Amino acid sequence: MATTRILEGLGRFYIVLLLGFLYLPIIIMAAMSFNASPFYQLPFEWTTDWYASLWQNDQLIAATWNSIEIAIITTLISTVLGSMASLALYRYEFRGKKFLQALLFPPIAIPWLITGTAMLIFFFGVGIGRGLAAILLGHVALALPYVIVVVSARLQTFAPELEEAARSLGANQWQVTMRVTLPWIMPGVIAGGLFAFAVSFDQFVVSYFLSTPGQTTLPVEIYAAIRKGFTPEINAVSTIIIVVSMALMLLTARFFKFGGEK
Amino acid sequence: MAGVQVANVSRSFGAHKALDDVSIDFADGGFYALLGPSGSGKTTLLRQIAGFDFPDSGRIAIGGESVERVPVEKRRIGMVFQNYALFPNMSVADNVAFGLSVRGEPKATIATEVQRALDLVQLGKLGGRRPHQLSGGQRQRVALARAIVTKPRVLLLDEPLGALDKALRVDMQIELKRIQREIGITTIFVTHDQEEALTMSDRIGILRDGRLVQEGPPEEIYDRPQSEFAATFLGDANILRGDATGSGIKLPDGTTIAASTGASVPAGAKASCAVRPERIRISTGATTSDPANANTLKGRVSKRIFAGNNSTYFVERDGQTLKVIVQNTGTERLAEGQPVVLTWSPDSTVLIAA
Repeated sequence: MATTRILEGLGRFYIVLLLGFLYLPIIIMAAMSFNASPFYQLPFEWTTDWYASLWQNDQLIAATWNSIEIAIITTLISTVLGSMASLALYRYEFRGKKFLQALLFPPIAIPWLITGTAMLIFFFGVGIGRGLAAILLGHVALALPYVIVVVSARLQTFAPELEEAARSLGANQWQVTMRVTLPWIMPGVIAGGLFAFAVSFDQFVVSYFLSTPGQTTLPVEIYAAIRKGFTPEINAVSTIIIVVSMALMLLTARFFKFGGEK
Repeated sequence: MAGVQVANVSRSFGAHKALDDVSIDFADGGFYALLGPSGSGKTTLLRQIAGFDFPDSGRIAIGGESVERVPVEKRRIGMVFQNYALFPNMSVADNVAFGLSVRGEPKATIATEVQRALDLVQLGKLGGRRPHQLSGGQRQRVALARAIVTKPRVLLLDEPLGALDKALRVDMQIELKRIQREIGITTIFVTHDQEEALTMSDRIGILRDGRLVQEGPPEEIYDRPQSEFAATFLGDANILRGDATGSGIKLPDGTTIAASTGASVPAGAKASCAVRPERIRISTGATTSDPANANTLKGRVSKRIFAGNNSTYFVERDGQTLKVIVQNTGTERLAEGQPVVLTWSPDSTVLIAA
C-alpha cells in the first residue's frame, strides 16, 4: 500500500512537471504581454499598451490575416482532397496502390527545410515563383499526407457491409458516401482538418522560402520582427493566437470524441 | 414480388471457380435455402442475385427481367446481412427509413411505412433508439424491417441468424417464417445450418465447390438424396458402398442390400446405399424374415450416447461404423460391446450412383 501511494505521488509530480515544462513559458509570455516594461522587468505593472500598439502594426496584422486565410483555404482544400483520396484508397484496388500509400509517409519525415528548398527551386522552374499562391500550394502539399493518414485510420474501423447495405436499399454512390460513409469518418475528417490547419498556420520554413517581402505570413513576420529587435507586441499577438487556437481545440474536443464511438 | 431465375451462372475469382454453371428457378413467393459448407459458393450466388457482383457468364432474371448486369442499387431487392449492418449514426427509425428516403418519398409516407414495418417486426416502440442500444435479436428485426419496407421484389438473407444464440435463433426462425408468409415475398436464404434449412424452407438448394448438387423440397432431398454428399450434408446418413445388383448393392463381404428408392444403376457398376440412422432397428435377437425389414447386418455396439429422448448407437461392422438412433421408449438399453442385429426396410434405402 505504501509503495502504491509513493508511486502515485511520483506520478502526480511527474505530470505537474510535464505540464509546467509545456505551459510555463507560454504563461510567462502571456503575462509579459500585459507588463509595462519592454525588457521583462519586474515588478509587474499592468498595461494593455502592447495590444493597442499591435493594432497600429499594419504589417503584423496583414501577415496575421494572410496566415489565417492561407490556413483556412489549406484546410478546406487538403481536407476535401485528402478525404477523397482516403476513400479511393479504401474502396478501390488498383495497380501500384501499395506503392502510392507508401509514398504518403516520406513527406511527413522529410525535413521542411529540404521540402522548402525543393519547392522554391521547382516553383521558380515552372514559373509559379514566390508569393501567397506559392505558399498556399506548398501548404496544401504539406498538409495532404496528414489528412490522408488520419482519415484512413478512421476508415479502417468502418464496416464495408454498411456501404453494401445502403446500396441494396437503392442508394447511389453519392448518397452512400454522404449519408453512410462520411458521417462515420467525420471525426477523422475533422481531426485531419485540424492537423492541416496547424501544419499551415504554424508553418515557418516553407512559408519563409516562398514569401516575398510584402506578402508574408505571421510566423515569417514574427521572425523578421524579432531580427529587427524584440518588441512585446510579439508577446501580445502570440497570446491572442494561443487563446484562439486553444479555444478552437477545446470546442472541437467537446463536440467530437476522437477515436471513440461517436 | 417476383420469382428469380438463375441460368447457367458461372463466376471465377482468378483460378478459383466460385460458381460453376449453376441454374436454379426460385418460384414467386417461395422460401428457399441455399445450403452448403463454407466455400461452396452459396454466398457468391446470393451476391450475384443481389447484384454486388456480376457473373462471368449465364443469366439472372428477377420477375422475368434480365438483371445480370444491373447494379444492386437498381435491382429493387432487400437484403439482410450476417452482422445486420445497421447504420450506427442513425436511429432505428432512420435506419428503416433509409431506403424510402434515398428514393425521395414524401416524409409523411416514410413515417407511415416505417411505423408499419416496425410494427410488423414487433419493434413499434423502439424507433427512437440507436442500434447499439438494442439486443442481437432486436437488431436482427430492425435489419429485416429495413430490408422489407421498400417493398423489394425479393428478400435475400445472408446467414441472418448466425450471430444469435440457439434459443433466440429458434424464435427468430419462427418469426422470420411468419413475416415471410405475411408479406408473401420470394425469399432466398443462405445458411450452413442444415437444421435451419430443413425447418424453414419450402425448397433447398445444396451447393458444393461452386456446383448445385441437388435442389428440391426438404422432404425430397432428405428422403431421396442423389449423392453421398447430399445424403450426409442434409441430415445424418449411413453410407454402404458396393456393386450394383439391379435392385440394390452387394457389399464386399457378399451381403446384399435391397434398395427400392433412388437412382437406377446398371448391375455391376459401383454404387452406394444411404440409410438414415432413425430408420434402422437395432435388436439382440435373431434375424427376422419380415420382408418389410429385409436388410439385415450383424455388428457390435462400440459406443452409446444417451441424449434424453433418444440414444445413438455406434455399431461396428466389417470395419465400418454405422449410426443408429433409437427413440427412448423405456425398453431395454443395449450395452457397449454387445453383438446386435440391424434391420431396415428397402423403402428406407436410397440407391446412389457412384
